[in-house]
Formats: sequence, C-alpha cells, structure tokens
Amino acid sequence: MVAKIKQTNNTPFQRIEVDNITVDIVENALANARTEMDAVLFRTAMSPGIREQGDAFPMIATSEGKMIVGQFGSFITGFLDSYAGEIEEGDIFLTNDPYLCNGAVSHLPDWLVLMPIFKDGRIINYAAMFGHMSDVGGKVPGSLPTNASTIWEEGIRIPPVKLYRRGEMNADMLDVILHNVRMPRWNRSDLNAIVAACRTAGRRCVELAERFGDDAFYSAQQEMLDRTHRAMREVITRVVPEQRQEFEDYICDDGAGLGPYTLRCALWREGDKAIFDFEGTDPQAPSSVNFYVNEEMFKIFFGALTISLYDPAILLNDGFYDLVEVRIPQGSILKPNFPAALSCRTHLLGRIFDMMGGLLGQGTPEAMNAAGFSDSPHFMYSGYDQKGEWFQLFQIGFGGIPGRPVGDGPDGHSLWPGFTNVPNEFVEAYFPLRIDTYETLADSGGAGLHRGGNGLRVAYRLLVDGEISIHDDRWLTYPWGVNGGAPGARSRKELLRADGSRQILPAKCDNIQVKAGDLLLFDTWGGGGWGDPLARDPALVLRDVRKGLVTVEGARRYGVVMGDDAIDQQATAALREQLAAERGETQLFDRGGTLEQLKARCLAETGLPAPATPSWN
Amino acid sequence: MSFRLGADVGGTFTDLLLINDATGDSYTAKVPSTPHDPSIAVLNGIEKLCRNSGVQPSEIRSVMHGTTVATNAILTRRGARVGLVTTKGYKQVLHIARSFVPGGLGGWVTFNKGELLAPLEWTVEADERLDAQGNVVRELDREAMIRELHKLREAGIEALTISLVNAYVSDVHERAVLELAQQVLPGVPVSLSSEVVPEMQEYERTETTVVNSYVRPEVATYMEHLQNELVQRLRPDVQLSILRSDGGLATSQSAAATPVNMLLSGPAGGVAGAIWFCSRAGFSKVLTFDVGGTSTDVALIDNNQARIRRETRVGDVAVRAPSVDVRTVGAGGGSIATVPELTRALRVGPESAGAVPGPAAYDRGGEQATVTDANVVLGYLPVEQKLGGDFQVRKDLAVAAVQRIADAMGVSLYDAAEGIVRIATEHMYGALRLISVEQGYDPRDFALCGFGGAGPLHANAMGILMNSWPVIVPPSPGVLCAYGDATTRVKDEASRSLVKRISDLDTEEVLQQFQQLGDTVRDSLASQGIPAELQQLTCQADVRYQGQALLLTLDVDLQAVREQGLAAIVSAFDAEHEQLFTFALSEAHELVNLRAIARSPRPEITERIFETSGVSLQDAVTGTSTIYFSGKDYQATLYQRQRLTPGLVVPGPAIVMEMDSTTVLFPGYEAAVDHVGNLLIRPQGQE
Repeated sequence: MVAKIKQTNNTPFQRIEVDNITVDIVENALANARTEMDAVLFRTAMSPGIREQGDAFPMIATSEGKMIVGQFGSFITGFLDSYAGEIEEGDIFLTNDPYLCNGAVSHLPDWLVLMPIFKDGRIINYAAMFGHMSDVGGKVPGSLPTNASTIWEEGIRIPPVKLYRRGEMNADMLDVILHNVRMPRWNRSDLNAIVAACRTAGRRCVELAERFGDDAFYSAQQEMLDRTHRAMREVITRVVPEQRQEFEDYICDDGAGLGPYTLRCALWREGDKAIFDFEGTDPQAPSSVNFYVNEEMFKIFFGALTISLYDPAILLNDGFYDLVEVRIPQGSILKPNFPAALSCRTHLLGRIFDMMGGLLGQGTPEAMNAAGFSDSPHFMYSGYDQKGEWFQLFQIGFGGIPGRPVGDGPDGHSLWPGFTNVPNEFVEAYFPLRIDTYETLADSGGAGLHRGGNGLRVAYRLLVDGEISIHDDRWLTYPWGVNGGAPGARSRKELLRADGSRQILPAKCDNIQVKAGDLLLFDTWGGGGWGDPLARDPALVLRDVRKGLVTVEGARRYGVVMGDDAIDQQATAALREQLAAERGETQLFDRGGTLEQLKARCLAETGLPAPATPSWN
Repeated sequence: MSFRLGADVGGTFTDLLLINDATGDSYTAKVPSTPHDPSIAVLNGIEKLCRNSGVQPSEIRSVMHGTTVATNAILTRRGARVGLVTTKGYKQVLHIARSFVPGGLGGWVTFNKGELLAPLEWTVEADERLDAQGNVVRELDREAMIRELHKLREAGIEALTISLVNAYVSDVHERAVLELAQQVLPGVPVSLSSEVVPEMQEYERTETTVVNSYVRPEVATYMEHLQNELVQRLRPDVQLSILRSDGGLATSQSAAATPVNMLLSGPAGGVAGAIWFCSRAGFSKVLTFDVGGTSTDVALIDNNQARIRRETRVGDVAVRAPSVDVRTVGAGGGSIATVPELTRALRVGPESAGAVPGPAAYDRGGEQATVTDANVVLGYLPVEQKLGGDFQVRKDLAVAAVQRIADAMGVSLYDAAEGIVRIATEHMYGALRLISVEQGYDPRDFALCGFGGAGPLHANAMGILMNSWPVIVPPSPGVLCAYGDATTRVKDEASRSLVKRISDLDTEEVLQQFQQLGDTVRDSLASQGIPAELQQLTCQADVRYQGQALLLTLDVDLQAVREQGLAAIVSAFDAEHEQLFTFALSEAHELVNLRAIARSPRPEITERIFETSGVSLQDAVTGTSTIYFSGKDYQATLYQRQRLTPGLVVPGPAIVMEMDSTTVLFPGYEAAVDHVGNLLIRPQGQE
C-alpha cells in the first residue's frame, strides 16, 4: 500500500468471538445499507443512463479495503496500492482512469467515487460507487469513440483526486473537469447523487458499529469473509475439475477492420485453487474495444455465477480471492498496454460471461446455459434540436436471454443486473425522434428444447439532422446454442434514408451523418437455444406462433408443421424424423460454423465485408 | 341508534367491526374468508356480530369495506380475458416491459417471466400515431381497426384496454378506437389509458389500464352482489363504501369503474386504523409494521397522514395508481428458516409456508421451521394462547422443526429459535429504515406501531433495534384494518398532466386549472351526498427538476401562488428536495401534474369511555409461562388484554393475549395502557 492513512486513533480492531447469528444479522444489515445507497442514487441522479437504466454500482468494503457488499469486487485495494497521497477524515476521492486503479473502472465514462468511513478517528469501512456518465468529453458525443487509438482521445482523465478534502469540496477542480464534458449539468447531478449514496453508506456503517460495538462489527465482517472462503473452497472443488478444460469465444471485430478477436481461456484446479489462464487470447486492438480486466473483478464474476447456486441469499464478498488465480497475457486485448484506448470495452465485458459459461459448463452440460445477450449495445444520437438546443441521446439495447436449464429465455431483456429500458414516451418528449417500432424479432431466438429469447428491433425515426453512433457485436459470430440447441440470430443495423436509399451500417461506427426523416432499424441479437429443438412440445411452438414470437416458417426449425392455426401432426412427425436423420448426433456447442466459414459467407449474409484476422507481431 | 360497520376481507379471515357512533362502543368478529365469493363471509360476519351484540341489522347505516378481491384476481391470475389495443409497433409493450431482470449478476439464469394479464394472442395494433405534443402524425386507420377488433370479438374477450403511445397528452385516438369498439364489442367494458392513468411511460400506463380491465368484471359483480344483499338485509338506504389504496373511501359505484385504485385496499385499511389510534394518542409521526403470515407491510405516517406513492407492485405487476406508500418485505410468521449446507448461514424467508401447510406448530402438515415455530419455542406464543379464539398450537412439532435448524447450525434449540426471530425482525427493520431514509427522515424521530396477527410479537424487539419509543400496540391489532375502514374519510381526486417548464407557464393559467380540477372533485363528492361546504379541498403539484425522474408531490397553497406567483411552488420544491436529499440544484423546474383532492369531514365517533375505577392489574393475570430472551429463561406473566384498562402499566417479562394477537414484553420493558386503549411499550423507567 502506497497511500498514507491519517487516523487520530490508531488502535487496531480486535478480532473477537462473534456468534453465527450476529454474523447473519450484520450481513442483512449491510445488504440493507446497499439497498439504501441505490435508493438515494436513483432518486437524485439526472442522466437517463444512471437514473432510468441503472448503470451504477455501489460497494461497501472492510477497513482493509475488501469488498463486503457489492457486485464488481473491491475498488479500494487497487486504489490504496496506487494512490500516493494522504487519506484523511472527510476526504472523498474521484477517479475514472482504469490505468491508475488497476482496472477497478474499465473506461473513462465510469466515474468512481471512494470514501473512507471514519468513526472515532479511525477508518471502519469504505464506501464506493461508480456510475456511467453520459459524456466525459473526447472526440465524440457520448465519449465512446470506437476509432480512438489512445485513451487521450476518449475524454477527460481524472487520476485519483480529492473531490472533498477534509469535508471541503474542491469546487475549482470540479469546474475544470465539468468544463471538459458536453452535458455538465448531468455529470454534476449524477456525481452529487453518487456522493450522497456513499454518505448514506457511511452513516449506516457508523450506526452499525455503534449498535454491535466496533470490534464485534469488524469481527463479523471478517467472519463473513472467512465464510465465503470456506464456501468457495467447496464450490471450487465441486465445479472445477483438476483436468484442464478450454473454451474460446470472440468479439466479431474492433471497428477498425480486424476481427474476430479470440478470447481463449483454460481452467483447471490445483488442490483447492482454480486457475484461469488466458494464454492464446488475441493481442490488443488498435481501436477502443480493449478491456483492461481487473483480475479481482473477474474472480467476483466467477464467484457470483457459482456460489449463488448453493446459497442464493449470500452477500458475495472478496474473502475467496486467494483461491482463484487469473493469468492474463500482458499486451492482449484483456490487458492492453497504456495508453491503449478502452472506451468500447463493453463487448468484451459481456463476452466474458458467455466464455465463463462455456468454460464452466463443459463439466456439467445439463446445467449450462446457451450464449446470451452478452453485451450492452449503444445507440447515440446528437445534434441541435428544433429549438436550436444541443441534445445527446444515449441508449442501451436489450436482447435475447439464452435458453437455460430452467426454461425459455425471455425476449428482449437485460443480462445486466438492475438495467431497465428508458420509456419511449420519455425519449420522444425530450429528444427529437420517434420510435416507430419497439418489438422483439420473431425467430431470432435460437431453436431449442428451451427456446432462446428473441432480439429486439427498435426503429428510430430521426427528426432533425445530426450524427449517430452505434456500438454492437455478434453481427458475424453467433450466440451459440448448447446441448443440441441452435444459435440465435445475429445483430443487424440498417439505415433507411428519407431520400429512399438504404444502407447496412457496421456494428461499430461513429459520426454517421443523418438527416431529418431517416429511419434506423436497430436489431439486437437473440439468445442461443438449449437442448434439442426436435424434442420441444409442439404445443409450445404453436403457442409461440400464436403470440407472434415464432413464425410459421420458423416453426419448421423445431420440425413443427403448422396447418390452419393448428399443428399438422402427421407432417410434423415426418419432418422431425427427416431433420433428425439429416442432423445426426447433436453437438454440445453449435456456433453456426467455423470462423473460416463465417468469414467466407460474411458479405453475402450480412452485407458487410469480413474483417481481417488480428495477429501478434 | 346509528352504527357503522368496517369489514376487511383478507386471505384467511374476514374481520368485522361495529362502532356505535354515539357511544364509541365497538364489537369485533372474525370469520373465515370465503374466497369463491368473499361477500358470503362479510354477510356471515354481520350476522354473527348482530347476534353477539344485540344490534339490529337495520341500525347499520353505513358499511365501509376493504377488500383484496381485486388483488387476489391478479395474484391467482383469475381475472377477465382482456384484449389490448396498442399503437402499431408496440404490440409487445407488456411482453418486453422494462427489460428488467431481477437479482444480481447471473439473476437471468433462474428468471422466468410470468404470464401477461393481456396475452399477446389478444393484443392488436391500431395503425395510428401521435407525437409527444399530441399532434396527429398518422391518422387512425379505422377500417383496419374494425377488422382487428373483430378478431378480439372472435376470441371472446371479456374486457378491453385501449392504450396508445403518447395518449397521456391527447386522448383523441383512444376515443376514436373506443367508438369503434363500442360498435364491434357491445357490452364489453373498455378502459382507456388516457382516462385511468393519463401519465407518461407507455409500459406502466398500459399495464395499469390492463390491470383495471382484468379485475373489473369480477369486482363489479362482487360489488353489485354485496350491495344488493346489504340493501335487503340491513336497510334500503344503506351506504356501501370501498376503501381505496390511497386510504380514501369511494362509493361502490366509483370503485367498480376504476378497481385499479383499490388494489392495496387491505394494507391501506391497516394504516388508516393505525392513524386512528396513534393520532388520538397524540402521536403524529409513526412508522407502522403490519406482520402477517407471509410478509410484513411497513408504512410511514407523518403529520397524521400516510405518504402516498403513485406506483406500486402486485406480485410481478407494476401499477401506476395512488396508494398509501406501503412496502412489503418477505418476512412474516410463515417465513421458512433454512441453513444452506455450504455457508451454514441462517436464512429466513422469503419462502413462506403460507396457510397451507403452514408452520409446523399448526399441525397441518408443515415440517419446515418458520418464524411462528420459533416464537412458539421461545414461549412468545404460549400454548395457553388460542389463535383466533379456538386454535391450539402444538409446541412439540415446533420444537422438532426448529431442532433441525439448530442441528444444522450446531447451536442449541433456543439459540436457533432466537436467531430465526432476530433475523426476521432484522428484515422488517431494514424495510422500516428504507422507507424512512428514502424520504429523508430519521427513523428515530418516529414512534412505532405494530399490528397484524404477528406484529405485536415483534413489537418490543423492533423498538430495541430501532431505539424508537414508544412502540404502540393498538387495541385488536389483528382486526385493525376493519377499524381503518370504519374510521376513514370519503376522498376523491382529479389530476391533469402538464409536463411543462415552470418558467414557461402563466400563473393565471395554472390557477385556472386548479379551479377546474377543484370543481370536478367537489361535484363528485357532492354527488355522493357530501355538501360542498363540509368538504376539505387540497391542491397538489408534482414537480421535478427538468430531466430528473424523481417527482415530488407538494401541497400547493393557492393563496401563496396568487401573491407570489409560481415562485412559491419553486421555492417549496427546492426546500423539500434539500430536506430529502441534502442538496438542491440550479436547474429548471418542471410542473408535471396538477391535482385537486376533496375529502369529507372525519366521521364523528364518540370516544369510548373505559371503566377504570376499582380495576387492578392483578385482575387481568391468567397465569405464567416461561420465555427465553437473550440467552436466559424468564417467568413471564400472562395477561388478558380486555381486562387491561387505561392507566395500568404492565411490567415485563409478560405476555398480553387477546383473541386476534399476542404482545410480548421483555424483561426491562413495560407497557402502559393509554386512554384510547393502546399499549405503549417503553424501557422501564423511561417516560
């Protein structure tokens, strides 16, 4: 640790005996504190990104910086290891630079606020929260330029600095920062909201320490860490075989003509330790799709996906970090060298979850999910509205949840916790556009015993001249199906110009000039199917057809032949037999073809040229 | 003689309360609910009450009714076959909803969506479009609409919802579709989104309007039936009123037209009852917790009024309708305790044993340990207590169930039981914290009020956690909802959506709109027989910083607006924002909705006079029983609540029993009986 912590009371906490039930109660109380942080945030944030879509994440850590409540692992330890200044009571820190917090936040729009919580002159906990700002300056509105080649182009970089010094706000500094962004009122308000949320956690922790006693409160948290350690050791032995297994997945391109980029990961167990090795992953991209992975965040993802199967009520914490080792090659797309651009890391951040699913699932295929909506595609539209006022819209797209052991994947939903769409009436009231269509695309979910969820079509009718940006993926590689399930449909973007011309847009593009009256079709992708589609109850297929979620033609993928609003039983039996014979044995994974095959068919199928394969020099 | 009757239909029991307007004397009854036709229980209850009290049915002039009939229709998915008309391109508005998946990272792995109340099969599109200002972008294609409506007719829908995009600004196309629907689907009740909830947000508006359609036929039939029976059995001019979710009474006719406004009728009745008893005892700031079998409802009362919120959930259905701000947490008497093998942590709820199989102690086949079982083991629910007057708990079964938890954790039976109760109480405490902190209040500034069948069991513990005193346990806490029904006021409101920057608005224009809204609600109440001069009128404005989602509802002082202009609203908003969130912004203010609310005067019910001379605490004692508290056994004295009169102070450890509830007092605490019959729990020696 480089940071110098100034406390007037340096008495160390004593680890004392705390009964189990007190630990449970402290755990519940801390969970409540986190809920309160969210409540304060969502009621006061201003940008639609945070307020409506919920793109913000709270965390409470122990006095030594280990996450005790939260979703993305501790942001504190990385900060303490790199911040060379003093930490005092009343200080509140702000940073957004991934390279200076070891990837605790992974691109500049995520503003991270950290606050030591003092009680009687010493730190009892930390509170932190990061939220996605709608704009942080840089070369394009929304600050997510796909074509950035360095982080300098992506907006204002804020090293870890004191937003408040001993309770006093550094207003001049904040003015300088906000002078560099396009929507300063949103940033100011959102930042206020995040600070208010952290202070809520601060008050709550102090109250809890008063209620239980400092040492008991401290010890209960230590016991929570130990408990997670014990549980995760058991989880790892159960789900991670000693034998090495491998899996790979891709992002389709980098927006600069290269792709697909391979993420390869091997997993095995040595004793009670799980090892994830990303050897074989492609090199960093010349554009901004790089994802500077924080190894500890990766460990939390792993923990969250596994332990909740055994104790859904647990508050996952940092206690098991030494049971997992993550090896990522320096210079790879998951550990790029400074000053590589990072703003569009969202595709890799999502794809990691598909990859982890495929990797962990090979041992227990029945429990594995298909590939899902592993991204948060962005749509940005900016310009001057009819009144001459600057506007910029930032929207996150939703898509198909994959087919899962528990059932069909929901259509047009979110894979991220807490995310919601922004009501279209709100968008239409405040931005110069109309949303002509908002519905999921029939047949876009992969066929399976359990169907993949459909992707979503949003048709944006743009009402003034301006610029749009699009960030999406899975336009070339497929969201794979498992256990005989078929892959979901890929994403697609098409611009129907007011002048009658049509244009397929790449999945990743910026600065596309649009005119009033243009219509953009923004189609996201479907989830992969789970299990053999020929074994799906035809009545369920009929139900989907009646709902308009599967077409009559699409029903044939299940071997189901429709008559007049009913199933043609005989034809169905025949088609199923025929399809089963043609298909042969079902595969564990169905990726819709090899990379080579996909590339060869790319132009014909997608209307876009195939990208060139990236390589290490 | 003139009597008023409160009747609350719950899932298991129907509670009734008869109050003599002149003397304040009251009689209660509890009868089993009759879910297939809830009115049967109400009528049975009335019969039982009249028989027991000697009151003539014809002396009952008014019946105030809280009912979950609408809510149950949703929860059990037994509502009408609802057809839906949306704007073209929005057919899946309910199917997609807000794209939200509950749970944390990986929550999607186990999430399954429930069936829609208006299924996609019966959803059709109207080829039309309005823009966000209400201008017609595309005229309605009437012929295509007629064809689509015919499909719904063939499908045999029983109710229709019309919800078009941007209809919160203009109802022109919804009305046009309505006209066609009346031709194609004569006799099918139609709900318009522009009428039921003219507010922005297409999903919430559509869902709310669909809910209205979904429960409407069932509610209408129920009301009509009940009204007819009451007229026959009581008197021809008997007045039936329904308690709405916002705590106001409405005539049965107006409730039947917009049943979406009565979804939280039950919880609202409880809060109204709590207000009745707490306010008369001099407590104007109260946090209430109503502990039932599967969950606990909490609410915040400030200045003798419950907060109103404009959005609520019933199961997985989000509804935009004004309701008493009641939050529900999945911890109640039936909440099940488990110990996951890996972490060996103790978890309580949210799964519940419900009424069937119920807690192990109920001997109806339940084997898993519940909060009730833990309360039995600890002696808080003594076997001497007959639940509901005649039901005997089995301690041996409770012990066996809790012992399994104790074994899994490696602790003693009593420590496990105490752990279960403490964790359940902690869940309730979290909900009370959240409801106060969210609104910028410090919960320690509030008194607590525990009711519902199990609330008084947790009342003392909650006071300790919250360090808030006193904890108020009102009389008959298990039938408090019926008290609320009987003692609340008729209320109606009218609102209009504006969504304009205040700086762009003219003061005169706003005042005029308030005038019109005021006239509308006054007329409405007058038509229900409440003369205008007795009505109380409140004007409200929903305001926010432009761009913020948060809406604050402010009471508007029209006189101040006349004198200072709209600046009066702006400064009131900034002050409120600062109180709630510690900061105000220098942003433009937006006036989102205007609203006028008219209320009838409070009913005149005479205070009940208690017989206090010559009674002593000893007269109420019925025995002793062992309780376990904080690691030790204590001999608790058992008391009968009916025999406790104002002025008496019950010292802990004690258990106060009544027909419908049980109050536990720990060592070091005491309960004073106040002049309205409340138990006020405080630490001994504190005033």
